[in-house]
Amino acid sequence: MTALVVLDFDASGIKQPSRSAIAAAAKLGEVHVLVAGQGIGAVVGEAAKISGVAKVLVADDPAYAHHLAEPMAALIISVAGQYSHILQAATAAGKNVLPRVAALLDVQPISDISDVMDADTFVRPIYAGNALATVKSADAKKVLTVRASSFDPVPAEGGSAAVENVAAAANEGKSSYVGEEISKSERPELTAARVIISGGRGMQNGENFTKLIDPIADKLGAAVGASRAAVDAGYVPNDYQVGQTGKIVAPDLYIAVGISGAIQHLAGMKDSKVIVAINKDEDAPIFQVADYGLVGDLFTVLPELEKAL
Amino acid sequence: MKLLVAVKRVVDYNVKVRVKADKSGVETAGVKMSMNPFDEIAVEEAVRLKEKGVASEIIVVSIGVAQAQETIRTGLAMGADRGILVETDVAVEPLAVAKILKEVALKEEVDAVILGKQAIDDDMNATGQMLAALLGWPQGTFASKVEVADGAATVTREVDGGLETVKLSLPAVITADLRLNEPRYASLPNIMKARKKAIDTLKPADLNVDVTPRLTTINVNEPSARKAGIKVPDVATLVEKLRNEAKVI
Ligand SMILES: Cc1cc2nc3c(=O)[nH]c(=O)nc-3n(C[C@H](O)[C@H](O)[C@H](O)COP(=O)(O)OP(=O)(O)OC[C@H]3O[C@@H](n4cnc5c(N)ncnc54)[C@H](O)[C@@H]3O)c2cc1C
Ligand SMILES: Nc1ncnc2c1ncn2[C@@H]1O[C@H](COP(=O)(O)O)[C@@H](O)[C@H]1O
Repeated sequence: MTALVVLDFDASGIKQPSRSAIAAAAKLGEVHVLVAGQGIGAVVGEAAKISGVAKVLVADDPAYAHHLAEPMAALIISVAGQYSHILQAATAAGKNVLPRVAALLDVQPISDISDVMDADTFVRPIYAGNALATVKSADAKKVLTVRASSFDPVPAEGGSAAVENVAAAANEGKSSYVGEEISKSERPELTAARVIISGGRGMQNGENFTKLIDPIADKLGAAVGASRAAVDAGYVPNDYQVGQTGKIVAPDLYIAVGISGAIQHLAGMKDSKVIVAINKDEDAPIFQVADYGLVGDLFTVLPELEKAL
Repeated sequence: MKLLVAVKRVVDYNVKVRVKADKSGVETAGVKMSMNPFDEIAVEEAVRLKEKGVASEIIVVSIGVAQAQETIRTGLAMGADRGILVETDVAVEPLAVAKILKEVALKEEVDAVILGKQAIDDDMNATGQMLAALLGWPQGTFASKVEVADGAATVTREVDGGLETVKLSLPAVITADLRLNEPRYASLPNIMKARKKAIDTLKPADLNVDVTPRLTTINVNEPSARKAGIKVPDVATLVEKLRNEAKVI
């Protein structure tokens, strides 16, 4: 059995969640990876070094420059034949592309797997992580997205994979890339950070994130996250959202500030190793999952915390 | 243009579900059911496109048990024109849902299908992408903004790093994310009016779709609970614990 993992990368290199997807794939058999994009020589070099990767398939073509779902799915289908499993991290890109691939293969995809039982059987969270379903697939090929926070990433170094070019697949050109607004930050990415500090509606506005959360994040080398309420209110951009329908994270330390702890938020962070909650309401549900709870006004607690670090 | 919106009846987002004692699934008997929140956003977007004069007709479709009629009525009360219920007692998986939606979309000759990005019960986030694939249409998933002009939809998408904008030739499939709009509450007069709107009922077999599941649920378990934590009196204690007890800073 050989599994194919579609890699996610950007200008800064291969994303850590992809190495978690490789870890999941390694439980199934030999692992090949697919790198598709334009001018991707450096990424290919990086991919070949990842521990446990036997082969790197490379599709270097303008059609894949922005990883649009339609050409990406066509490409993956064109190489799918030899693989028993096709995987990608459950990133925005993976969620966009792999179900499309599955439909073209007449396969029911299994989204966001958190464990691999055997070649046909996988565990996945349902109902915002309030239940874990073990499901067995009757499809000949499996198409899986991988919950990165559930699999320790394989090391970035240690492998020496063969590299093979694959031809670009036909592209109908029904979609095109217009542009993007990518948040720029020197901080670690949410899905790879060891420490995360998140703010909720209690932060009241975006300036308070900058004034009170950012300095603590800087001291801790932390990523900054948020609840849906904080994103909806425009305090911070959409990509900060942690939760059932945002990013799923499991850092060593998660600090929730002014967040009540709705199930949809907990779904995204309750697997963190250590959880700290700072909230002025001692009955806030966030305290039920917090290892350390501090009842207090964030406007006095956060400046104190910054000084104490 | 003609729009199709897919709406799923799911356990209300405020309900904390419980795993059944026999581990066969979660308890849904006697639990409040509602339209999937993302589908409310999808219906709202369709209604706004109609209000802008871009869309001419909105059809809401649901696949599921007879009570999914209520979900369709909710969509009609929000402003959709008519409904289709594809009735089945099978818990239909996204692949089969997509096959059904494909047949409906082709039969109704719609110019776009709008779905929610994710059903909050199965959390699959797959149906829209699969539908687009089966139709051979382009897809604009996780949409936070949609503009339709000159036979194309320009869709701004919520992605991991921020926002991305793509242009799709119509017909196309769009899936709604949280920031696309804020769905309206149906007014009482509109709820009354919706009672008179037509809902057609079909069976999957009428569309020649086999809904046999591909996945077998072996069991459903409760996730392991976190052990109870402690309250700390002040910042100094918190920092001391994080340093010396948890050793995470
Ligand atoms: C379909 C759907 C999907 C969703 N997906 C997500 C998701 O992915 N992620 C997510 O987070 N939410 C999600 N939600 C929303 C979720 O249900 C909650 O509404 C949201 O998480 C609440 O955010 P909050 O805790 O910041 O706000 P609130 O619930 O309003 O809580 C604010 C908290 O701040 C505290 N506070 C206020 N002022 C202070 C102060 N000065 N000092 C200290 N504490 C203070 C209050 O005591 C309160 O506990 C989703 C909802 C739906 C319907
Ligand atoms: N049984 C169903 N009936 C109608 N629409 C559905 C059904 N299942 C899924 N959908 C649509 O597909 C979207 C994504 O669902 P899922 O792929 O299951 O997360 C939902 O938000 C609905 O718009």
